[in-house]
Amino acid sequence: MSATGATAAEGGIQSHESTYSGGPWSWITTVDHKRIGVMYGLSAFFFFLVGGLEALLIRLQLGSPENTLIDPDMYNQLFTMHGTTMVFLAIMPLSAAFFNFIVPLQIGARDVAFPRLNAFSFWLFFLGALFMNASFLFGGAPDAGWFGYANLTSTQYSPGMRIDFWVLGLMVLGVSSIAGALNFIVTIINLRAEGMTFMRMPLFTWMTLITAFLLVIAFPAITVGLVLLMFDRMFGTLFFDPLAGGDVLLWQHLFWIFGHPEVYILLLPGLGVVSEIIPVFSRKPLFGYAFVVYSGILIAFLGFGVWAHHMFAVGLGPVANTVFSATTMLIAIPTGVKIFNWIATLWGGSLRMQTPLYFSLGFIAMFIIGGLSGVMHASAAADLQQTDTYFIVAHIHYVLFGGVMFALFAGMYYWIPKITGRMLSDRLGKLHFWIMLVSFNLTFFPQHFLGLHGMPRRTFTYESGLGFEAMNLMSTVGSMVLGASMLIFLWNVFWMLRKGEPAGANPWGGSTLEWSTASPPAHYNFRVLPRVHSRDPLWAEDTGDSMLGDDPGVPEPHMPGPSIYPLLTAVGIIVMAVGALTTTLPVVFVGVGVLLFGVYGWAFQPLEH
Amino acid sequence: MEMHSSTGLSSRKILMWTFIGSECMLFGSLITTYLVYRGKSVVGPYPEDLLNIPFITVTTFVLLMSSLMMVLALAAVQRGDMRWGKIWLFMTALLGMVFLGGQVFEFSHFVHEGLTLKTNLFGGTFFLLTGTHGAHVAVGVIWLLSLFFLAQRGRLTQANAETVEIAGLYWHFVDVVWIVLFTLIYLLV
Amino acid sequence: MSNSPEQAHPSTRTYVLVAAILAVITAVEVVVFYLEALDPVLVPVLLTLSAAKFTMVVGLFMHLKFDARLFRALFIGPLFVAIAVMMAMFLMYGVFRG
Repeated sequence: MSATGATAAEGGIQSHESTYSGGPWSWITTVDHKRIGVMYGLSAFFFFLVGGLEALLIRLQLGSPENTLIDPDMYNQLFTMHGTTMVFLAIMPLSAAFFNFIVPLQIGARDVAFPRLNAFSFWLFFLGALFMNASFLFGGAPDAGWFGYANLTSTQYSPGMRIDFWVLGLMVLGVSSIAGALNFIVTIINLRAEGMTFMRMPLFTWMTLITAFLLVIAFPAITVGLVLLMFDRMFGTLFFDPLAGGDVLLWQHLFWIFGHPEVYILLLPGLGVVSEIIPVFSRKPLFGYAFVVYSGILIAFLGFGVWAHHMFAVGLGPVANTVFSATTMLIAIPTGVKIFNWIATLWGGSLRMQTPLYFSLGFIAMFIIGGLSGVMHASAAADLQQTDTYFIVAHIHYVLFGGVMFALFAGMYYWIPKITGRMLSDRLGKLHFWIMLVSFNLTFFPQHFLGLHGMPRRTFTYESGLGFEAMNLMSTVGSMVLGASMLIFLWNVFWMLRKGEPAGANPWGGSTLEWSTASPPAHYNFRVLPRVHSRDPLWAEDTGDSMLGDDPGVPEPHMPGPSIYPLLTAVGIIVMAVGALTTTLPVVFVGVGVLLFGVYGWAFQPLEH
Repeated sequence: MEMHSSTGLSSRKILMWTFIGSECMLFGSLITTYLVYRGKSVVGPYPEDLLNIPFITVTTFVLLMSSLMMVLALAAVQRGDMRWGKIWLFMTALLGMVFLGGQVFEFSHFVHEGLTLKTNLFGGTFFLLTGTHGAHVAVGVIWLLSLFFLAQRGRLTQANAETVEIAGLYWHFVDVVWIVLFTLIYLLV
Repeated sequence: MSNSPEQAHPSTRTYVLVAAILAVITAVEVVVFYLEALDPVLVPVLLTLSAAKFTMVVGLFMHLKFDARLFRALFIGPLFVAIAVMMAMFLMYGVFRG
C-alpha cells in the first residue's frame, strides 16, 4: 500500500486516505492499529445506540405510573442489557478505539507492540458482543442486573440460558480486554519515541497506561467470580448455595473488587482526553502536569481499596463499613486535584471556543455534580437511605454520561479530523452540545429527588399517588430529547464524510505527535521515527528535522502483513462459548481445535510477510 | 518493521512479566475463595480425611525439580548447546507430566472416596483451585513439548534463547503458585 | 530482537544448589507439619519457609534479582495489590481466627 498520488501539500504532508482502502478481506485480516481503532469506534458507537435504545424503552415505561408498555420480564432484560451494553460494549470499546488510533501516534511509534494480538482483542470483543446480544433471539437476554448478584443468578432462580449468555459473554470480553491491556502496557513502556521519557508522555497516553494496569489487575477477580457462578450453574457446585455453607456475598466481593476499579477504567481515558483538549484550546500547557499524572496513579491505586462501598447495606459490620467509607472519601481528593489543574490551565489562557472545548467544559461541570453525589454515598450511614434508589442512578449517570460520555464526545470531535482527514461542522457540534447538555440534566437531575423520596431502582413501575409522577415524566421527556440529540451528531458525521473541509495535519494547533502526521496518517505513521525534547513537541521552538513532514526521500517502512489467525483464534473461543452455553461437549472440542489451529498458525506466521 | 525499544528490554519479556502480575490476581482470588470457605463445608469428606501429605510432597518435589530442568535448558540454549537444551526441555516437560499424573491420581482417589466438585465446598474449592493450577501446568507442558519438537527439527536455536526464557518464566511461575498452594491447602489444613 | 543486557549467569552448580535448598526446605516443611510439638508456631514457620522458596524461585530461577528493575515493578505491583485485597477479605471473613 503506498501513499496517494496527491502532490505535496504544505510541508510535504499528504492526506493518506489509502490508509483505509481495500476490500472487506483487508479489514478482516488487518493488524493496523488505525483500522482496528476505527472498527472499535464504529462497533462501540453502534452498541451505544443499542444501549441507548434500551434506555429509552425503560424511560417510556417509567414515564407514567403503573404503565403496562413493558412487562416486568422484558423490563429486567432491558435494564440489565442497558447497563452491560453501556459499560462493556460501548464505553470500554470507545476508549479502546482511541487507545488504538491515537496512542501509537502520540508516542511516535508505527504500531502497537503486538499487532496481531491487537486484532485478536478486537475480534474477540466484536464476536463476544454479538454472542451476548444473540440472547435476545434465543430465550431472552440476561435479566439479573449488570452485576448479576448471586443467588438470583442460580439455576433455581434464573433457569434457562439467559445468565449463561451473560457469564460466558463477560468471560470472553474479559479475555479481549486483558489481551488489549497487556498490549498497551508493553507498547507504552517500550515503543516510545527517542527522548520521550515517561514525564514527557501526553496525558492521554498516561491515562491509557494506568487504565491498562487497572484492567490486568482487576479483571481476574471477576473472572474467578464468573467461573464460580458458571460452575454452580453448569456443574452443580455449591459456591453460592447458602444451604451448603456458600456465601452469596462472596460473589458481591469478587464482582466489586473488579467493579470498582472498572469504573475508573471507564473514567480515566476520558480524563486523559480532557487533559489533552483543555491545554490545546487554552493555548497553554497543562497546569501541574506531574500532579495530574500522580493523581491518576493514586486514583487507580486507591480504586482497589473502596469496593465494599457498594455493599454498605449487606451487613459487613461497623468496622468494614467505616474503613471503606474512609477510603471512599479519600479517593475524591486526587480527582479534585485534576479538576483544579484543568481550571488553572483554562485560567489566563487564550480560549478557543470550539466544540471539543465545549464538551470538555460540560464534562467538568457534570462530573463535579456526579462526584458530589458520590461523596454523599461515601458515608455508609447516608448511603443506607440512598443505596438501591434512583439517587444512585442519578450519580452513576452524572459520572458516566455527564462525565465519561461528554469527555469521549469531546475526544470524537477532537480526533475525528485526524482519523478521517475532514472537519466536522463546529456549528452542528455546538448545537449537539447544548441540546445534549440541557436534555441530559432534564433526564437525570430529577432522579436525585426521586431517589431521596424513595423510588427504588430496577423496578418496572411505581404506584400512582406517591409523588413520583412529575419527576419521572420530566426525566422521560429529557431522555427522548437526549436520544434525538444523537441524531445531530450522526448527521454531522454523515455531512463531514460528504462535504467536510480537509483537516490538514493539525487543525487545532495541538502540541502532541499525532498532529505531526497526515490526516489520516499513512499506514506506517512516520517515515522517520520522531525524536522529542519536551512535553509539547509541536509547540517547542526547535522541532528538529526528524519530526515533521513525510520526507519522500526516505523509503516507506516495512509494516507487518495482514493475518487471519487473530480472527480464527477468536472464533475458536466463541465456538467454545457456544458449546458451553448449550452444554454440547463436541462443540467445545471443535472450538478448542479451531483455537489451537489459530494459535499455532499465528505462532508460526512471521510478523512481516 | 523497525521496533526500537525505549527501555532496551524485550517487549515479549515485558509482556510475560505483566501477564504473570495479572495471574497473581487470578490465583489470589481463587486462593481467597478456598480459604474463605475452609471449614465451612456442611457435609464431608473433609480435608483431614483425604489429603495425603507424603504423596503430595513427592509431586511437589517433582515440580520443583522441573524448574531446575528449566533453568538448565535455558542455560544450555543460551550457550548454543542445543543437544542439552533439548534434553533439559524434554525433562522439564516430562516432570511436568509426572506432576500432572500425580494430580490425576489424587483426584481420582478423592472421587473414589466420595469427593467431587459438587459434594461440598471443600470439593468445589479444592478441585477448582488445584484444577486451575493443573490446567496451567498442562498448557506449559504443551508449550515446552512444542519447543522441544521445534528444536528437534532444527528450528529452535541459540538465536531463540529468549523464546525459551519466556516459556521458562511461565513455567517457574506455575511452580511458584504450587509452592503457595502446597502450604495453604496441604500443610495449613 | 532481544537486546536485554545479559547479566553474568549463575553456573549449573549454583542452580543445582538452589534446587537442593528448595528440596530441603520442602522436607523441613513436612517435618514441621508432623511434629505436633511445633503446632503453636506451625503457621508462621510454614509461611516463612514458603515465602523463602517463593523468593528463591522468583529471584534466582526467574532471574528477577539480576534483571532490570522494570520487571520487578511489573511483578511486585500486582502482587502487592493481590495480597492487600486478600488480606482485607481474610479479615472480613475471619480467616485468621482459624
